[in-house]
Amino acid sequence: MTTMANDSTTRDADAVTTPSDTQWPLWEVFVQPPGGAPHEHAGSVHAVDAESALQNARDVYARRGEGVSIWVVRSIAITASTPDDMGPFFDPGNDKPYRHPQFYKVPRGIRM
Amino acid sequence: MTPNKPETNTEDPARIAGFEARIAAGETIEPKDWMPERYRRQLVRMMSQHAHSEVVGMLPEGNWITRAPTLRRKMSLLAKVQDEAGHGLYIYCGTETLGVDRHELIQQLLNGTAKYSSIFNYPTLSWADIGAIGWLVDGAAIVNQTMLAKASYGPYARAMVRICKEENFHKRQGYEIMATLSAGTPAQKRMAQDALDRWWWPSLMMFGPHDTDSPNSDELLRWGVKRKSNDELRQRFINLTVAQAKAIDLVIPDPQLAFDEKTQNWLIGPIDWDEFWRVVRGNGPCNQERLAARRQAHDDGEWVRVAAAAYAAKQARAESTSEAA
Amino acid sequence: MNAPFEYLLRLGDDRIILGHRLSEWCGHAPILEEDIALANIALDLIGQASLLLGLAGKIEGQGRDGDALAYLRDAVEFRNALLLELPKGDFAVTIVRQLFFSVFALLQAEALERSSDQELAGIAAKAVKEFRYHVRHSADWVLKLGGGTTESQNRAQRAVDDLWRYTGELFLADDVDRAAAASGFGVDPSTLENAWSETVRDVLARAGLTIPDVSYMQRGGRTGRHTEHLGHLLGEMQILARSHPGASW
Repeated sequence: MTTMANDSTTRDADAVTTPSDTQWPLWEVFVQPPGGAPHEHAGSVHAVDAESALQNARDVYARRGEGVSIWVVRSIAITASTPDDMGPFFDPGNDKPYRHPQFYKVPRGIRM
Repeated sequence: MTPNKPETNTEDPARIAGFEARIAAGETIEPKDWMPERYRRQLVRMMSQHAHSEVVGMLPEGNWITRAPTLRRKMSLLAKVQDEAGHGLYIYCGTETLGVDRHELIQQLLNGTAKYSSIFNYPTLSWADIGAIGWLVDGAAIVNQTMLAKASYGPYARAMVRICKEENFHKRQGYEIMATLSAGTPAQKRMAQDALDRWWWPSLMMFGPHDTDSPNSDELLRWGVKRKSNDELRQRFINLTVAQAKAIDLVIPDPQLAFDEKTQNWLIGPIDWDEFWRVVRGNGPCNQERLAARRQAHDDGEWVRVAAAAYAAKQARAESTSEAA
Repeated sequence: MNAPFEYLLRLGDDRIILGHRLSEWCGHAPILEEDIALANIALDLIGQASLLLGLAGKIEGQGRDGDALAYLRDAVEFRNALLLELPKGDFAVTIVRQLFFSVFALLQAEALERSSDQELAGIAAKAVKEFRYHVRHSADWVLKLGGGTTESQNRAQRAVDDLWRYTGELFLADDVDRAAAASGFGVDPSTLENAWSETVRDVLARAGLTIPDVSYMQRGGRTGRHTEHLGHLLGEMQILARSHPGASW
């Protein structure tokens, strides 16, 4: 995806006042709900810089008191695992029962 | 996140079978997953139509924000229309995960190649239309969107979950307006009935053609984009709405409306599909005005969008210069 | 003269009129994100207006509620500053006006948090949070327009030139203001001017915008001498409420 910021840093700012259309870069929005839960992906917004991305995210994804904190990050800055990773990345975590409390025996009647 | 890019290779039937098996097993499809090109295209079409509908849908209701009769109504209506903008935005964002830019989609809307829900090509002539839209149009949309919240494509389904949560108040505010008008002065009551008369049939058309005439339906159902057919959803909406109309003493404008004991369904008279296709093809009462209004807003806003981008570019340059120094 | 009532009308009318003007953008903003932002600001303002006019009606004691005051008064009975009734103009006019008003309203609300009237103090406390955001949003946009393209700079400068002569009225104090301030109910607007001027001049300077030489500051809104625009605004806003006397909605 090409973004305005990528394009326009290389040319004179006033040169972009042509009638051709503009697309602002995309930002991913993570909102932390009240009560200490972690930030969760809410969606995305278009914005030219971090400050307006934050403001837009606040107006778009926290209109109903959904959040106490917001993170925004340029979508192109996110590195994501690929579906091909699914096996090698996640399967090895499935056969390590010793990582779970049920793996360990405790004498009857003892409360842990 | 790098969105899924269109595949150019011909698609391996085994791969398609695997994809369909995932859907049959109830898995969600995520942006980076392999998907048949046709699935991707169907989704882009459906999701962008949906997003356009939210955005164009702001216009008929926005028409009454400045004339809302009380401060409370003014705030509810403004908040509702604002939600429509938000919903358009959520769905555009979902569509962007399929490798298209919102800017491209908006161009398609503005140049008339993309469709949006025909219901928004009808005019809002009285305040009661605001009630009727909330009650009927949002009511129909909720029936549809509740189903889409279980759609196989993750970003679409998640946008729908958020939208359904927010739209709960839309239908209620519409119904409340209708109930208040119906219990009001004779002029208000007439206003309410007249709005129901005008919006009833177009609302039923929102679910699309009968299943027998809906070319995309089978595929969309098989791929789990849709979970129920047009006619099933329409019937569900009718059954809900008939009782609601009776409760506020308004008459559904259909002399053939009758309850079928066997199926427990309300059966309706024939839908005027000529009108439906006429509006879809651009000859509804407001098609031209709606697009003209969107184009105007887009054109008038161009200098603003360009200015913000130019400002950010200058700032970024200034920062990189000061870092280099 | 009922100073608290008159004073509240000024506060409430400023907000309902500007909120109404902002709501005209809904569906027509430059980009979807800004549609949502402007609607948020409009909702904050109309919400405040509803509370303030409601309180005004209560204090007046003639059985008028917020809706009666908003929908059943004529233009000459409105007490908003002229700045707020001017047409929404282009996006630059809307944003520059928003900066001018929001900085003023924030200072005013901060002072009103200490009002002797508990209800007014409560309304102001909530409004302070809202206005902080309005200032942030409009100042950010003024910087972008001023520092964006030649066209945006020209438009922003034109907006400043056109609107500046309406800013003086915000700080004019008359008997109503002085009485409200003396009783601890309200705040004398003339005491806010220096802080306002400092903030606004700073933002404009950073945006590369200049303040015009203005020989006369327009005034009249606080005593009902309005521009012609207000009548049209009210004609639209009040049509339904006035066409059905006594009806509930």
